[in-house]
Amino acid sequence: MTLFVRRDGQFVARFGPGEATAVHQVLGEIVSLLTDGFDHGDPVVERLFPDVYPDDPADSTELRRYTEDDLKAAKLDQAGSVLATLPARGGEVRLDDEQAEAWLRALNDARLALGLRLDIRDDTDVVVELDDAVMRDPTSARVEALSVYEYLTYVQLSLVEVVTGG
Amino acid sequence: MGGMAAPQVVPVESPDTVEVPEADRPWVTIVWNDPVNLMTYVTWVFQKLFGYNREKAERLMLDVHHKGRAIVSSGMRERMEYDASRLHGYGLWATVDKP
Repeated sequence: MTLFVRRDGQFVARFGPGEATAVHQVLGEIVSLLTDGFDHGDPVVERLFPDVYPDDPADSTELRRYTEDDLKAAKLDQAGSVLATLPARGGEVRLDDEQAEAWLRALNDARLALGLRLDIRDDTDVVVELDDAVMRDPTSARVEALSVYEYLTYVQLSLVEVVTGG
Repeated sequence: MGGMAAPQVVPVESPDTVEVPEADRPWVTIVWNDPVNLMTYVTWVFQKLFGYNREKAERLMLDVHHKGRAIVSSGMRERMEYDASRLHGYGLWATVDKP
């Protein structure tokens, strides 16, 4: 089942209230991470703003002075684009090309952040992880986070598929 | 070819083997594997940012996936820093190096 379809040159999808709330919450967390909570010691910040020269911290820091503000502004814009186009209580979303790109980028940031928190690795099977977590405690924060991660993956896959005409 | 003597080839100094001075060698942008980024998304990013056709973008994506890293562009240092920064905007893990 696909979420997004192409209609009249736009990318259209319908979100339920629970799904819309979850996406708003995760992207709201990204916004706080990029503003009040911005901290280079945070592994998520480290992943979203990687060193360009891993073997040369001085050169990396120097370059950061010129690139970081723009990169941060772009990430805030793309998160803001999702928050602005997705009704908080769910409903229909219609995206033009530019908004679809912002969604893809923002969803990727959110998945990177969740992926780090959940310790997602190359060989991680998210479905198996989720089953295990549900068996241990269906009300745990890990079950919640894994479900959101899996859901965002589904949304991003659906959108990239329809954007690339695949 | 039995019985026929192979012509003797005298090795000649080829201009191709001349060392390129370090200062003239290009810098490269490297994208590293990441357990989160989706294969179709990474392919789309390479097409979008570098104008690569789907086949080339997919080959690079598969290199990243299977070999752990791939060189996605090469050239002047400043240009590579710009490419890395744009890739960071899309959440790809990119670094710059001089091989």
